[in-house]
Amino acid sequence: MSVRPPDAPNRSRAFLAALACLALVLFLLAPAAVHAQSEHGAEDLRPLLSGLNNGRDFDKTAEGIRAIAATGNPAAAALLQSFRAGNLEVRKSDDRIVRVEKRGGETVAIDPLTGEVLGELRRRDTRRISINNNLRNLVDEVVAGMTLRADDPAIRQTAAREMLAAASADNIEPLRAALAEETDASVRQTMERALAASLLRSDASLEDKRAAMETVAALGDRQALQLLTLAASDPELSERANRLIAGVERQLAFWEVAQNVWFGISLGSVLLLAAIGLAITFGVMGVINMAHGEMVMLGAYTTFVVQETIRIHYPGLFEASLAIALPLAFCVSGLIGILIERSVIRWLYGRPLETLLATWGISLILQQAVRVLFGASNREVGNPDWMSGAFQLGGMSITYSRLSIVIFSLIVFGLLVLLLQRTAFGLQIRAVTQNRRMASTMGIRTPWTDALTFGLGSGVAGIAGVALSQIDNVSPNLGQGYIIDSFLVVVFGGVGNLWGTFVGALSLGILNKFLEPYAGAVLGKILVLVLIILFIQKRPRGLFPQKGRAAEG
Amino acid sequence: MIGILRRTAKPIALAACIAGASIGNAFAQDDSDTIKVGILHSLSGTMAISETTLKDVMLMLIEEQNEKGGLLGKKLEAVVVDPASDWPLFAEKARQLISQDKVAAVFGCWTSVSRKSVLPVFEELNGLLFYPVQYEGEESSKNIFYTGAAPNQQAIPAVDYLADQGVERWVLAGTDYVYPRTTNKILEQYLKDNGVAEEDIMINYTPFGHSDWQSIVSEIKAFGSAGKKTAVVSTINGDANVPFYKELANQGIEATDIPVVAFSVGEEELAGIDTAPLVGHLAAWNYFMSLDTPENDDFIDSWLEFIGDDDRVSNDPMEAHYIGFNMWVKAVEKAGTTDPDAVIDAMIGVAVPNLSGGYSAMMPNHHITKPVLIGEIQDDGQFGIVWETPGLVPGDAWSDYLPDSKPLISDWREPLGCGNFNTETGQCGGAS
Amino acid sequence: MTTISPTLLTRFAVGAIAILLVGSLVVIYLNLGLPADHAWHVPTYVMSLMGKYLAFALLALSIDLVWGFGGILTLGHGAFFALGGYAMGMYLMRQIGDRGVYANPLLPDFMVFLNWDSLPWYWLGFDSFWFAAAMVILVPGLLAFVFGWLAFRSRVTGVYLSIITQAMTFALMLAFFRNEMGFGGNNGLTDFKDILGFNIQSAETRAALFFATALAVSLGLLLCIWMVRSRFGQALVAVRDAEARARFIGYRVEHYKLIVWTVSAAMAGVAGALYVPQVGIINPSEFAPGNSIEAVIWVAVGGRGTLVGSIVGAVLVNFGKTYFTGAFPELWLFVLGALFVVVTIFLPRGIMGPFFGMIDRRRQRRLAAEQSESAARASARREAGIEPDDAATAGQGAAQ
Repeated sequence: MSVRPPDAPNRSRAFLAALACLALVLFLLAPAAVHAQSEHGAEDLRPLLSGLNNGRDFDKTAEGIRAIAATGNPAAAALLQSFRAGNLEVRKSDDRIVRVEKRGGETVAIDPLTGEVLGELRRRDTRRISINNNLRNLVDEVVAGMTLRADDPAIRQTAAREMLAAASADNIEPLRAALAEETDASVRQTMERALAASLLRSDASLEDKRAAMETVAALGDRQALQLLTLAASDPELSERANRLIAGVERQLAFWEVAQNVWFGISLGSVLLLAAIGLAITFGVMGVINMAHGEMVMLGAYTTFVVQETIRIHYPGLFEASLAIALPLAFCVSGLIGILIERSVIRWLYGRPLETLLATWGISLILQQAVRVLFGASNREVGNPDWMSGAFQLGGMSITYSRLSIVIFSLIVFGLLVLLLQRTAFGLQIRAVTQNRRMASTMGIRTPWTDALTFGLGSGVAGIAGVALSQIDNVSPNLGQGYIIDSFLVVVFGGVGNLWGTFVGALSLGILNKFLEPYAGAVLGKILVLVLIILFIQKRPRGLFPQKGRAAEG
Repeated sequence: MIGILRRTAKPIALAACIAGASIGNAFAQDDSDTIKVGILHSLSGTMAISETTLKDVMLMLIEEQNEKGGLLGKKLEAVVVDPASDWPLFAEKARQLISQDKVAAVFGCWTSVSRKSVLPVFEELNGLLFYPVQYEGEESSKNIFYTGAAPNQQAIPAVDYLADQGVERWVLAGTDYVYPRTTNKILEQYLKDNGVAEEDIMINYTPFGHSDWQSIVSEIKAFGSAGKKTAVVSTINGDANVPFYKELANQGIEATDIPVVAFSVGEEELAGIDTAPLVGHLAAWNYFMSLDTPENDDFIDSWLEFIGDDDRVSNDPMEAHYIGFNMWVKAVEKAGTTDPDAVIDAMIGVAVPNLSGGYSAMMPNHHITKPVLIGEIQDDGQFGIVWETPGLVPGDAWSDYLPDSKPLISDWREPLGCGNFNTETGQCGGAS
Repeated sequence: MTTISPTLLTRFAVGAIAILLVGSLVVIYLNLGLPADHAWHVPTYVMSLMGKYLAFALLALSIDLVWGFGGILTLGHGAFFALGGYAMGMYLMRQIGDRGVYANPLLPDFMVFLNWDSLPWYWLGFDSFWFAAAMVILVPGLLAFVFGWLAFRSRVTGVYLSIITQAMTFALMLAFFRNEMGFGGNNGLTDFKDILGFNIQSAETRAALFFATALAVSLGLLLCIWMVRSRFGQALVAVRDAEARARFIGYRVEHYKLIVWTVSAAMAGVAGALYVPQVGIINPSEFAPGNSIEAVIWVAVGGRGTLVGSIVGAVLVNFGKTYFTGAFPELWLFVLGALFVVVTIFLPRGIMGPFFGMIDRRRQRRLAAEQSESAARASARREAGIEPDDAATAGQGAAQ
């Protein structure tokens, strides 16, 4: 086995990473050696373990990492990854390096090499091993080198991606070797791109570079742009490179517009969610409901409570926490809404402006109540795995959380429209809000309908809170941040019209996102407000005005 | 007219009586044999999120001091008021604390604007304010002791560290208010002085409570993919941070690609986020809860016991109050009185242990000496310390990187006794 | 809504003016005339606090004028208040001169450390008090005029109007937060030294400011009464109660609204200008929509459409806020919130409503008694064969 000379003068980590890779290649090409190694097993790494623990002398730790990687030991990758994840700590009692894990509510120390459980840990029993970003990068690189030919294609893919991101001349050899035996098409493609990117960063032949340029251009992203710009500095290649650059830039410009539209839709869906409950309590019932934001907040806190309960009692259910929280949030906010309606709002029908006063008071009370119950600081609501991360759609990245919120808001909106237009309850709501006395004469229990309608609006606000807890602070002030926007959306769309709220939210979202890159976030928002004010002058009853006698109400 | 007057005379008298009685009641003061300490932190409104904890810390410190026998043989008594994140109300409450409640010192404020609002009140009534939060500098008042970091105790060392880690391209992102503006002005000048080109600096401001970060994060991503190592220096304020970090995580920006170093994100702010995707992003402070010193262990133990919740965290402004309170206690003991002038004189030079294992001392410019620490976010919501200044850094009230501020110095000792002495003109600016 | 007779409004207003002027003079005497240890001494702090309440009262009064009599629910009056405050604040900043921390004779401190090299054009003229005083009225007035001209002409009414007033103040808040605007950003304007050459912190100046505020509220009240009692005021009430009908009869509804809206905005501006020197700071959070809503609530608590009620409401709610934030820092929001709910449900006409109602009822009873008495007399006279028309006349009087 090749052993790195301890006094290597060149401490460039790329070079050493390559060395490590080379070592790995050699090691993998020699099945006999593999056998020999695995017989000795992970224990061989034990003397090198202490090389990871150098306090804040990160250069020394980097050497330790390279030394471990250089052994080519199959246990090295796992060891380094748990180091990168920050799970390696030093037990103070015997200065032993252990892996710390939470098992069933208890923290235990585990031998990082054998996996043997060494005992329980209490607060301050261990000291973290220092690590910083550069070390994490280094670990990623060496691990990529080690896992480029792993059995699992997903791991190979990750390794290839890492090599693409950290393209350098040293990657060429390992990539070529890996490509020679790669069978998975998508991994092959990534590897080819990584190879092309690496070639452009090396002093490869012109032919190689020419071919690489085409491959890289297919990436169509900013890294491609940057690599092509690098290639364009070579007079032999500049003509073709410049043409490719122009192509990539066109692509980027197109995707930028697409990205803005997407951002707008996503902002619009947040506005829609925030406003849609208000479209019922304010739009349909005419209550200037200043406590609407607090209903959203209650929904978010319900999510928090659900997740906390799950975390403590049923950790397995975490992925389903939002699904569990949805009906609960609807019930919590809805019931509180009904309570508010029965105790306060019902005295105020026909006096819409006074509802503003009373609901403002209620919102103060609810805010302070939450502050007393849950504390003033932010509460943590986690993203389930299926809502984390992003995927690439052409040149734009779409995050799962935003996508889920867009879809979710559409579903909520659709259900609400169905409820109002197609069910008996919806008919009653519309009847009562259009002509209370007539509805009552026809046998509709108006007080009952009022309470349920207000409960429905509040409940919908509550489920909006579940969604918003995924992207915003869960704090007592959560509601305050959305109340003005919600009112603007409802008024802009036209009071009393759900479709108005829908179109209003989406158009305001998109408008905002197209103004933002040019005017900046602050000025963009001001411009949107001014435009709304001017728009209302043109259409004093919003986008979709109510027709007929109801409009005069 | 006369008739109207006569008819209303009776109600007037009645109303006047009621008003007089109730005002008299409301502003009644009691005299007892205690030393009062004012706590001026918002318990409601937008800033409650950060300030409530500081009120609790002060209550704990006061309780501990009383257990140790109080001060000058008297018990300490906390006077808590709620300025409700309302800046003029801060001034009103400050006035109430000093002139009605006769407190010996006030510990409070978080935002710069709240400090600016109360500053004239403290100067007029000769009160004492201990301000525990990092701020933009450019101020030195006789009546205020700044126990948080000045820009040179936080921002500049952080940038130095990142530059040392190979960062060449900088995004200065902040909320649009005075602290980020000033800090970014200082940093921009500092970076340019150190040879960073104009096009390698991107400055971006967002409104308070900004919650939709999609465009900005994607802009940062684009700016960071130009081939040079890029970092974000964030002066984004409190509430906007959670959605910002959530968006960073979702768009897949990891600290190993584009690290974000923040000056307003501490343990308390992280308590509201799942930190696993944020591992490696940085913060610069003068204190981290993860500090491994006996003083810190004691402090955390008594804090957790006081608050009765093992999941609570400690943070930098809490340490600042810890230092400030102990300094005040020591200065009062030294002066033998709580008289403001005597205490102000006694404060300078007082040194007390900080929680990072050393001593912090009050400088003549009313700022203190502190170590600067840089920590990386860990998956448990704590910071792993990756770097610290070799010694203590004295706080500089007047930045050397702003042209008009450069010639100013502050020294409240006699004979100078001036917070903004201009070394070029040889004059003390301002009214005093 | 029920309308209180202008006579009754006037009587209460005169009473309120008397209390204001006499009361403020008494408070000033108790502050300046008595030694600090005297049992009846009023500390300067309390006097300034009352001055602040009165500035809020003027704001509330201006809202009552448009809401109570014009039927325009404004959720953005804080914007006019803040603009007036900024105009005054700019004057006070210019008065600092070279006493700022950087000793720059021309530029305020916040411009110096953000490297501004000259004073923006819109700061010019603010070194003169009279220019600033004019701006205190003109800037909010002009904004209100333009806004109202657009809104009333296109018949934006009801909640639509309320929400766009809120959008207006929100947009202004965001704008003033921006440091590029040159108004000190989030920190706003603070650390004032002098007003008209007098030290702003001295008890005498504070007393003068306090009295000026009381005087301004009194004058504002007179102005409101005058407007309400005039033909203009009666037409305005008609517009409030039946806008379409008033328009069909031939009234230019938008003109009435525009006038009362602009006057009210200017009043709010004056209130802001008096507020700033007494609290010592003006910053963009004064534009926050929540502040405007709160001001509307003062009016509702006091009694909408009663003028005096708005003053009572503003003073009471703010006094409550001062008291409770000190006495029950953790619970005061519950108290305040509950107060709003209780007032709306149980006192729909506000605190002053029942007083007006009581007097109105008593008057009606008296009138009814007079009526029945005269009716009895009339019938007696009829019996005696004398002219029977008096009863009808008395009935008309009662209906007035």
